[in-house]
Amino acid sequence: MTLVYVDNVHKAFGDLEVLKGINLSVAQGEVVAIIGRSGSGKSTLLRCLNQLEKHDSGEITIADKQLDAASMSPKELSENVGMVFQSFNLFPHKTVGENVCLAPLVVRGEEKAEVEKVAREVLEKVGLSDKYDAYPAQLSGGQQQRVAIARALAMRPKVMLCDEVTSALDPELVGEVLRVLEALAAEGMTLILVTHEMSFARDVADRVVFMHQGRIHEEGAPSELFSNPQTPELKQFISAVL
Amino acid sequence: MGPALDFLTLLPYVSELLKGLTTTVVLTVVTTLTGLALAVAVAYLRINAQPWVRWGLGGYVEVTRNTPFIVQLFFIFFGLPGLGIKIDAITAAFIAMTLNLAAYSAEILRAGISATAKGQLEAGRALGMTTLQSYRHIVLVPAFARVYPALISQSIIVMLGSAVVSQISVFDLTYAANFIQSRNFRSFEVYLLITLVYLLLAFGMRRSFMLVGKRVFAYQQGEQR
Repeated sequence: MTLVYVDNVHKAFGDLEVLKGINLSVAQGEVVAIIGRSGSGKSTLLRCLNQLEKHDSGEITIADKQLDAASMSPKELSENVGMVFQSFNLFPHKTVGENVCLAPLVVRGEEKAEVEKVAREVLEKVGLSDKYDAYPAQLSGGQQQRVAIARALAMRPKVMLCDEVTSALDPELVGEVLRVLEALAAEGMTLILVTHEMSFARDVADRVVFMHQGRIHEEGAPSELFSNPQTPELKQFISAVL
Repeated sequence: MGPALDFLTLLPYVSELLKGLTTTVVLTVVTTLTGLALAVAVAYLRINAQPWVRWGLGGYVEVTRNTPFIVQLFFIFFGLPGLGIKIDAITAAFIAMTLNLAAYSAEILRAGISATAKGQLEAGRALGMTTLQSYRHIVLVPAFARVYPALISQSIIVMLGSAVVSQISVFDLTYAANFIQSRNFRSFEVYLLITLVYLLLAFGMRRSFMLVGKRVFAYQQGEQR
């Protein structure tokens, strides 16, 4: 079943055309890794999927609903799409628990006791149930990113977008974040990740999408794509990063 | 030369001094709260509102920051009755001080808000929050924390500036001093005394602000800066 459907999406910043007609469909439970050079449009595509950037033309549907202000409210969008950022973006003045509870309380207006229960569940899932009352500044980068994942999970989204979630981390902290994502994938969560972790893309992704100059240049199962790239651009990219 | 320093000459006027002190303290506490609250609204609107609202508020801020406080006060108390708006002295003082503090503080706060990482607002949006919700729950506290020392100073400046409300016959601390020295001619003693009182008020205000800040911004204590 197709969950995310992207049809001929274009996006320009001024004269710079960043997305030149993207077509992509992601099935429920699928894990898709988007790779490519910086400036190839990976992050912009991801940001269009939760409307942090508005696409200029084309269509994006999630769970068969059009993704634009007219047909999907910000609240509804946040219940469909969760996002984890490269720089965590935790709220520094709120404890871990408050970070996770904020949106369910404010946006969904759920009961406090219920929200706190969910918060403890998702924190358990990312292995941080003992940090409920800590402030972000008291946590390591890897722990902060796991809180950010928990915060996104608390809205129970259908798909999670991950924008280079390990790029700001010290190398020894990357593993703990990737293991959480791996566990989510194993649970059947739909994940779309922009990543530079090629080994993670190879091991966990169901499909790898290579973007080049604003287009999807090549895509396929990771085993094929990495071992047998068809285009010279992908060959060059792979030899540069592996 | 008159007689030597004699603070006992002020004793008969203790009740006037206390009345003036009370007025100054109440004026300060109330206008600090109303002024800062108005500043939050002005800062928010100057960033997020329609252009004509932003333009109008910009005008208010610039006029206030580039004219003398005493002229603003006189305009409200003596000028507005010309338009049929009659306000008593103490209300005029409240309005003038609130508007003055709000204009300066709005600019200070705006700097604190602009310094908030874009990512914080994006995180709020990605979680489905409206701009207003994001400001209330995400942006405001860290923005306040960032510019808190400047806001303390500005509030103290307005407290000290409140001395001029004596000029429209508000019975504040300075009015009390003027009143007393016109009766007993002990200007040195009485102005020395209220100088010390203003100094203590300023210190006390700074300390109170710090105590509040320590509680509200407790989250910063674990941060390495």
